[in-house]
Amino acid sequence: MSSFNFENQASIAERHPQLFRPDWWNRGKITLGFGAAAALFVFGIVQLDIPFHRLSDGMVRLGGFLKLMVPPDPGSWAQALIYLHALGETVAIAFLGTLGGALLAFPVALLAARNVVANRIIHILTRRSLDTIRGVDTLIWALIWVGVVGLGPFAGILAVICSDFGSFGKLFSEAIEAADKKPGEGVLAAGGSHLHGIRFGLLPQVIPILLSQVLYYFESNTRSATIIGIVGAGGIGLQLAEQIRVLEWQKVSFLILLILITVSSIDWVSGKLRFAIIGRREIA
Amino acid sequence: MRTAVPEFPEARLQELADRYAVAVAAKRRRLWLGSLVLIAAALAAGWMGDVNLRMLAENFWRFPAYFAGTAPKFSFSSAWVDLSEWLWGLPRWTRLLGDTLLIAYVGTLAGGICGFVLCFLASANLVKSRTIVFVTRRVLEVCRTVPEIVFALIFVLAFGLGALPGVLAIAIHTTGALGKQFAEVVENIDNNPIEGVAASGGSWIQIVRFGAVPQVLSNFVSYALLRFEINVRGAAVMGFVGAGGIGQDLIEAVRKFYFTDVSAILLLIVVTVMLIDFVTERVRHRLLGLEGAGR
Repeated sequence: MSSFNFENQASIAERHPQLFRPDWWNRGKITLGFGAAAALFVFGIVQLDIPFHRLSDGMVRLGGFLKLMVPPDPGSWAQALIYLHALGETVAIAFLGTLGGALLAFPVALLAARNVVANRIIHILTRRSLDTIRGVDTLIWALIWVGVVGLGPFAGILAVICSDFGSFGKLFSEAIEAADKKPGEGVLAAGGSHLHGIRFGLLPQVIPILLSQVLYYFESNTRSATIIGIVGAGGIGLQLAEQIRVLEWQKVSFLILLILITVSSIDWVSGKLRFAIIGRREIA
Repeated sequence: MRTAVPEFPEARLQELADRYAVAVAAKRRRLWLGSLVLIAAALAAGWMGDVNLRMLAENFWRFPAYFAGTAPKFSFSSAWVDLSEWLWGLPRWTRLLGDTLLIAYVGTLAGGICGFVLCFLASANLVKSRTIVFVTRRVLEVCRTVPEIVFALIFVLAFGLGALPGVLAIAIHTTGALGKQFAEVVENIDNNPIEGVAASGGSWIQIVRFGAVPQVLSNFVSYALLRFEINVRGAAVMGFVGAGGIGQDLIEAVRKFYFTDVSAILLLIVVTVMLIDFVTERVRHRLLGLEGAGR
């Protein structure tokens, strides 16, 4: 058996020239892509007028904050109880927001799915309005709802419902459109109506996927529900923003720790539930 | 001629029907139990979250009224003048929107690079040491879980007002989010190229460069684009805490009841976000299509 050496490398190169020829076209494309990305990056830094001289000062100050943060300390037991209550509000906001958003989005998603309602105009209209709702951040919805129902977690719940309505509408309708249409055709062929086809042919396929998406959003909503308190919509964000503004770093780190623990436990539970519902399948 | 339909003996049929009824009943019971738990949880959450449906019913009119109030006055005879009056701040707002996009872009790229470096350290199939994997994963988790606005609040105190805290906050959050997604991609790759590079004497860096990166790059770019989309939304509200972008003007308009400004800025944000969504979705589908074709 001959070993791989220079000689037979040359002969291999001779026999398969296309494998050894540098692919200038592809390399050029890749270099150009990376170059453009880097150029835009530099342009962004220049355009945003990022003060690099403040970077070192800021890092020192940040280090000081971090040092002041340990050990995490709520101050007193009464304070800790207030924080736990705020945490409960946050979880409630995430839970009811996700639930309400999902319940409202489901019928609209059916309207927005091309294989359920075959009307192009309805399809386009619902899609675009869902996109509009989705384009507005939860924090902005929270600002608006605070004006309607006043300060407090209820405004937060309504805000999460609004922004989830948009996201779920899109996700659900995509999942519904990706469903296999044969079961539905089977129901129609056996004499069922269009509604029967949806109920017995379509829904059994998509419900597990939708549930898994809802659970996934519950996780991510717990994260976003921690911040809508910043505009006054209840939950732990209100406390956190306040403690940051008055530079009570030990309380800040306690609150961040609480958030971390809560989010990762919800992560864990909903991950388990998701696998129980759908198995180790990827969410579309 | 009549075709023979095979008929079950009555007893056998009864048995099958009974089993079916049992199976269905078990399923129904599970469904009812689940719904009960769900309703109980919803009630508890409602109590916790101060849900007040009567107040909502009484005040709901304010919600559409708010949007009606923000609608600009248009009359047919002077539509053009009305339009320019409504969008009076357009030059300023476009500049701020551009800033917002750049904050999102710079933050996403910086975070993406950090996530790219860290994700290989967080993949159990590339790193033998359990400690490194564990520590990297926890670091990524902290970066991901703490909301970017909270980072921004803290950074505004450290670095002063402006775009810098916004960029840093987004970069850190993106590091966590992308690092995790990247690591999941890396853990699912084909092991043969890695073993091949290792067998021919490649160092760890070479294993990553020639064994792992070619398999994951298109997926990485797709995830980064998706994250960019999310970060544009995030950057739009960074201004709420003074971290640059259009959010500053929006929250001022909301707080000071400059109603028509609110609608104008919201419209601009929504249109921008939609455009970005549209473009990145196109690019992502092409990237994933490329990968599918290559296999």
